[in-house]
Amino acid sequence: MFWVIEVKDKPGIFDAIGAGVKKDILDLGIKSARSVGFSQIYIIEGNLLEEEINRISECLLVDPIVQDHSINDFESPHLKGTSRFVIYVAYNPGVMDPAEASIMKGIADLRITRVRSVKTAKKYCIEGKLTDRQLAIISEKLLYNKLIQHIVKSPAAFLSHESPVAGNKNEASVLTVDLLRASDTKLKQISAQGQLFLSLQEMRQIKHYFQGLKRNPTDCELETIAQTWSEHCQHKTFRGKIKYCENHSRPVMINDLLKATIIRATKELNKSWCVSVFQDNAGIIKFDEKHNICFKVETHNHPSALEPFGGANTGVGGVIRDCLGTGLGAKPVCNTDIFCFAPYDYPLQKLPAGTLHPKRIMKGVVAGVRDYGNKMGIPTVNGAILFHEQFIGNPLVYCGTVGILPKEKSFKEPLKRDAIVLVGGATGRDGIHGATFSSGELTHNSENISSGSVQIGNPIEEKKILDTILKARDLNLYNAITDCGAGGLSSAVGEMGKDLGAKVELCKVPLKYRGLSYTEIWISESQERMVLSVPQNKLVELLEVFRSENVRATPIGEFTDTQKLQLYYKGNLVCNLDMHFLHEGSPRPEKKAVFVTPRHKENAPHNTKNLTPSLKRLLGHPDICSKEWVIRQYDHEVQGGSVLRPLCGVANDGPSDAAIIKPLLHSPKGVIVSNGINFRFGFIDPYWMAASCIDEALRQIIAVGGSLKNVALLDNFCWGNPDKPDRLGGLVRAALGCYDAAKGFGVPFISGKDSLNNEYTVKNKSLAIPGTLLISAIAVMEDASGAVSMYLKEPGNLLYVVGGTAEELGASHYYDLSGIVGNNVPKVYPKKARQIFEVLSRASSKRLVRAMHDCAEGGIAVALAEMAFAGGLGAEAFLKEVPLAQVRVTKQKAQAPRNDFVLFSESNSRFIVEVERAHQKEFERCMRGIPFGLFGCVSQEKQLKIFGLDGQVCIEAGIAQLKEAWQAPLRW
Amino acid sequence: MQKPKVCVLRTAGTNCDQETAFAFFKAGAFAELVHTNSLVSGYKALDEYQILAIPGGFTYGDDVAAGKILANELKYELKAALLDFIGEGKLIIGICNGFQMLVKSGLLPGNAELAQEASLTINDSAKFEDRWVYLKCIATGRQKAKCVWTKGLPEIIYLPVAHGEGKFVVRDKAVLARLKRNNQIVVEYCDEKGSPASYPHNPNGSTEGIAGICDETGRVFGLMPHPERHIHVLQHPRWVRSHKRLEGVGLAIFKNAVVYVQKKF
Repeated sequence: MFWVIEVKDKPGIFDAIGAGVKKDILDLGIKSARSVGFSQIYIIEGNLLEEEINRISECLLVDPIVQDHSINDFESPHLKGTSRFVIYVAYNPGVMDPAEASIMKGIADLRITRVRSVKTAKKYCIEGKLTDRQLAIISEKLLYNKLIQHIVKSPAAFLSHESPVAGNKNEASVLTVDLLRASDTKLKQISAQGQLFLSLQEMRQIKHYFQGLKRNPTDCELETIAQTWSEHCQHKTFRGKIKYCENHSRPVMINDLLKATIIRATKELNKSWCVSVFQDNAGIIKFDEKHNICFKVETHNHPSALEPFGGANTGVGGVIRDCLGTGLGAKPVCNTDIFCFAPYDYPLQKLPAGTLHPKRIMKGVVAGVRDYGNKMGIPTVNGAILFHEQFIGNPLVYCGTVGILPKEKSFKEPLKRDAIVLVGGATGRDGIHGATFSSGELTHNSENISSGSVQIGNPIEEKKILDTILKARDLNLYNAITDCGAGGLSSAVGEMGKDLGAKVELCKVPLKYRGLSYTEIWISESQERMVLSVPQNKLVELLEVFRSENVRATPIGEFTDTQKLQLYYKGNLVCNLDMHFLHEGSPRPEKKAVFVTPRHKENAPHNTKNLTPSLKRLLGHPDICSKEWVIRQYDHEVQGGSVLRPLCGVANDGPSDAAIIKPLLHSPKGVIVSNGINFRFGFIDPYWMAASCIDEALRQIIAVGGSLKNVALLDNFCWGNPDKPDRLGGLVRAALGCYDAAKGFGVPFISGKDSLNNEYTVKNKSLAIPGTLLISAIAVMEDASGAVSMYLKEPGNLLYVVGGTAEELGASHYYDLSGIVGNNVPKVYPKKARQIFEVLSRASSKRLVRAMHDCAEGGIAVALAEMAFAGGLGAEAFLKEVPLAQVRVTKQKAQAPRNDFVLFSESNSRFIVEVERAHQKEFERCMRGIPFGLFGCVSQEKQLKIFGLDGQVCIEAGIAQLKEAWQAPLRW
Repeated sequence: MQKPKVCVLRTAGTNCDQETAFAFFKAGAFAELVHTNSLVSGYKALDEYQILAIPGGFTYGDDVAAGKILANELKYELKAALLDFIGEGKLIIGICNGFQMLVKSGLLPGNAELAQEASLTINDSAKFEDRWVYLKCIATGRQKAKCVWTKGLPEIIYLPVAHGEGKFVVRDKAVLARLKRNNQIVVEYCDEKGSPASYPHNPNGSTEGIAGICDETGRVFGLMPHPERHIHVLQHPRWVRSHKRLEGVGLAIFKNAVVYVQKKF
């Protein structure tokens, strides 16, 4: 029996959700919706008495102060002749409803049993003269996503039984795939039909392996191989062979790009603070005598393109589990999130088929990050959001987590005969094929064929897991841990048992519902699960830890010494693979890579005298403008350790350079987190993009008072299809830049990740994202009270520019205002830059610096304007005093320096520094030998005034105006 | 003098438990993290403690409504123990999600039947927001102070809020009148000068800017802002670098509780 309870605000109570939807409808350009009312719907199944359902409603579901309710009282979608439209949105069968478990618990507390299931749904009542088409737009664009939800046509349907998920009829019988007799065409077909994303060469290799065994693979074996060999899990491009040709010179062979560049830099630098690099779920460095910290950044691009909330939500959940699965488990202490979207004002009619509008993607992604990060109680302290049309089919969603762990818990080793224990949520059909799916390109059809890979997370489940795992860790109850991420159990168990062998009874895996095949159980990517390797004599104690806090933990098998992966299901051996073949058996394809330096038009914008309008436009540029609307939705203070937040200034709303947290409340030590990302530089040369990103990430660490000591980097490459030589050429070029810059700065990489195939195909035309590299940096700070913030502190203080400004306007935001790319991309001179960084770091530690801001997007002008309006103070500055640098390689004839170039050039390794007059001499003594200029001072008047090279005023504006230009675009 | 024992209650989704325990520790108390299951099963007993703290977080995912499921759990499983605890003159604080729980369980503003008379509902902005707010402490003077937690606090204090459901509303005018008459309103959102102000100073649209209330005894206190996030000067968003170590204004709230318990028990 089903009961449907509708809960809505009492008359006179402000319906905040309804009002929000009404505003969103207006944003769609539909002006005729007069009002929107929101109701929450609960569908309760069970053999209940009416008085019991009344009690559930009154004592649990309804807030008697602000809400009313009704039971089994439906409205039809639309009554002719009225202007009232009713839309019910419910989850699709099989989609996890995160609220169900909590509500079941709440009902149990009322001592009411016999409830079989609880589902939630949403009801929207829209008043207004709307056409069917408008209603369809509102529903599709705002109210539901067909991948996880549907519109309930007739609400009475809630009362009938819906069969949740179609079951497999022959769930017990073992299926095999006929590879032995398959032709090449057939092999390709098998890969495509099974969504295996395996190449012909790989399929042949598999066939060859089974020929040796004289049998065909089971479906489960083939899936396991596909998961393990996927780009997502194995990084075949980075680990493979590449024939690379640069600017038509003789091709060179690169054997394992990762080892040849990123890992090589780390090895050669051999830094004492690195503890565990490129081997665990996250990289680990030293923190203090007793603790280490780990850092990992993941991407979750493909799922976020299809279901932004769920994609970002599970992206955050996944990277937190990475951290929890590092060593013997680290406690997450902060998150960082970086996104790239298409412009939020992208014309609706230009939207390619099958894509969601970027504004909706952005709102969904932000909500997904907010939901998971806040509920886990992890402060989100750092991030960036950038925009470009080429992200229309593939937004980028980077999620990172920093964790802290006791030094002696930094390594793991599963042992023979350890029990394999699955901890966390039950397994369902969600996320089937996530790993392989993300290894292919998206098409306008992806939303139909890959809907199984879309899911939503349950952060409270993960919080419970976190709490209990740390407890079990400190009791030394297990030998190894890893998370169930892409590929599900197949990856987690396969990876952990790599050197041993593993035996798993698939029917022991707790399921959300019946009907899953053994293969689905094995590869499901259901969220919130971890795998532990537990000594048999500690099993009972371990299970008790989880039981005491209502976390499911189930032994599902054990590690062996057979070097084989053996899976059983209802008495049948459904998978029997050699670990060696599984992990080392994939062919190493040779890929071609070509890089040719592009030649862009070099038509600089007209040099005008008054550059104030240009500055305002730059401040309002989507990449530069205030992201306060986003940042405030993240809890950036939970755990109580935030020292430098993402927003700072007299009104707590200026843009911080990097974040500082104190992961241990009783210790003065801090952790600095920063990021460098600028895909625009890659339009000219991915090598300089990579070097600039590293410079930017490190520069931000210096700007907040850190140093280059105890710093580590992460790389995250998001690229197009690596089978296309030009895409791969850019990737190689960027990796080379990473090596040179990391070496030059003396800063090692400790972990990384790549997400390739970010292309979107519609009508046979493929659109790739701009090759985008995110560099994340982490640093240990001896004393967090040495933090420096970016906003101006006191009138009369002196302002310095440190670092040379060159005429490097290529791919700058200033050029972008005129739609120009140009060619003079900013370079990095690590030797010089390192000197600047070290000198400034010394000045900060001597407490000579009152404020410091790095010059990045929009150059000196934007940096100074931000410092001024964040500090609520004015500034006067003279461009004549800005130290200029020569651009080394340029074919153009030398020009006289221009005001706009000095103001807006995005040359690297530069800072603006505020210094008290009393410290002038000492500061300048520190700066000896590096380019710096005393170029202005902080003023009492709330004006920014900049005098050009000719001594004439070129920028003059009130700081309130400038702040408004910066805040207006994203004030949603 | 013996250190007061604090039960920092945690359950699925609690996430400010460690910093709350740390604040009590700094204030001179002994704080223990206790899972609700331990209290319900009888493994731990509430009467071992003199202070109960219900910290911030998203207990049970804020599903149904923030704090509601925890409120029911405590009300149906631990009602007698809680009423005894209050009856013995002990202290309770609920911060953010803990405040939501206290209000939804009827412990605040408080009446004999534990009937709910007020609520904390969705912010007018319809979104979660993290920001620092100024709070006016009402009636903190030694004489007329009702709430033992805020005695002697400065007139205006600065603390962060971080919530999506913090709009304080009352059942009817009579409840509001009673709150005022009994001096049960403890902190109100205000501007930097202490005057009542609208959004963003009042971050959620609370009735009359009410940010925290106490019960009639003054010993049960709930508030949306987070005092445990401002116990050290470095936690202030605009801390000016100085060599002097200063404590944050939030610490005084925890110290008040410690002093009270030490005097009384």
